[in-house]
Amino acid sequence: MSKIIDARGLSCPQPVILTLNELKNTTETQLEILVDTVTAKENVTRAVNSQGWQVDKVETLDDEYKIVIYK
Amino acid sequence: MKNFLASRRGIILVGSVIGILAAVLQKLGNPGNMGICVACFERDIAGALGLHRAPIVQYVRPEIIGLVLGAFIAAYIFKEFKPRSGSAPLVRFILGVFAMIGALIFLGCPWRALLRLAGGDANAILGLFGLSVGVWIGTIFLKNGYTLGRTQKTYKAAGWIFPLLMVGLLVLMLLNPQIEGAEKSGILFYSLEGPGSMHAPLVISLLAAVIIGFLAQRSRFCTMGALRDLILFKHTHLLSGIISLVAAAFVTNLIFKQFNFGFSSQPVAHSMHLWNFAGMVLAGLAFTLAGGCPGRQLFLAGEGDGDAAIFALGMIVGAAFAHNFGLASSTAGATTAGMVATVIGLVVCMLIGFTMKERTI
Repeated sequence: MSKIIDARGLSCPQPVILTLNELKNTTETQLEILVDTVTAKENVTRAVNSQGWQVDKVETLDDEYKIVIYK
Repeated sequence: MKNFLASRRGIILVGSVIGILAAVLQKLGNPGNMGICVACFERDIAGALGLHRAPIVQYVRPEIIGLVLGAFIAAYIFKEFKPRSGSAPLVRFILGVFAMIGALIFLGCPWRALLRLAGGDANAILGLFGLSVGVWIGTIFLKNGYTLGRTQKTYKAAGWIFPLLMVGLLVLMLLNPQIEGAEKSGILFYSLEGPGSMHAPLVISLLAAVIIGFLAQRSRFCTMGALRDLILFKHTHLLSGIISLVAAAFVTNLIFKQFNFGFSSQPVAHSMHLWNFAGMVLAGLAFTLAGGCPGRQLFLAGEGDGDAAIFALGMIVGAAFAHNFGLASSTAGATTAGMVATVIGLVVCMLIGFTMKERTI
């Protein structure tokens, strides 16, 4: 079970800040990020790619997105 | 489906379309270096509605209506219309008020600052420098956990309110059309001289803005975000959008002979460097704390974000204060009251930044 970052409902750029802070401190090799707008999904995807992480898959749940990333 | 407009090439394309259309709107009648200015045009709407009575800035700008409706259409087509609200609306309203006051000290929002630069107005450099400093201060708050909290899903009808308000403005304008030589038509005020009297034909303004609103919603174009992401993450994605805006507007201005370099005799501008700078520090800080430039707030409002709509309404009310209380600058320069308001605004924004944070972030 990988760690989940809940960035739902936060305005720009907080989802990206939350994610990058977690990437900096984590020892895990897989993380999940929850967002609820397409903009946040795109921003987070772009940000994790720039840190050398890969997006495994994006699951659409109802009106939300679960971004699964790995290193 | 991959969203091309959200790619690097996409945002560069959107920036250039905005730059070209803005210069064309100026050619067709909009004021100098003001093809599109979100702050100025919201201020003109406040004037047209009689919320302030500055005679030279009264016109229901179809551009504002079009920007919101274009984003609304795009959001609906691409299933991104998500009604949401409830992230500290009152704080966002206050941020909107002071963002407008700061912008009117400089005489323009970030969009116009870029267009002024592209038109050769060197005073814009001070404004853009101030904007960057304001955004930089905002990023420090963000890094320290500043947040206005989470937004909540709300009713579909709630997301329709702001777009419908815009439709209402358009209907008012069609029912009370401008009458040659008259400062009032029905319930709307019109300017007989000054920037408020200068405008491109209604249909063209509206169409151009719908196109921009549509593209900007898809590409997430944001002038404040461009600087913020550069400072915070060294990301240049949004930055490429504003650079292409300036480049495209510059070239189009050259073609139309609208380029005129210098500090003095620039249209709707003054050369009080300190206050051009300080006004935009205030605006930049307020935009950063609210999460978007005034254009982006309109696009968010178009996709159902009620908090962004509150910010936009705050800007319209801020414009009314700015003119009723003599805070707005003129070509003669900033006013003493405006200087005091800038300082008060900076203090208020700093207090918001210091007091509204979550430790866990």
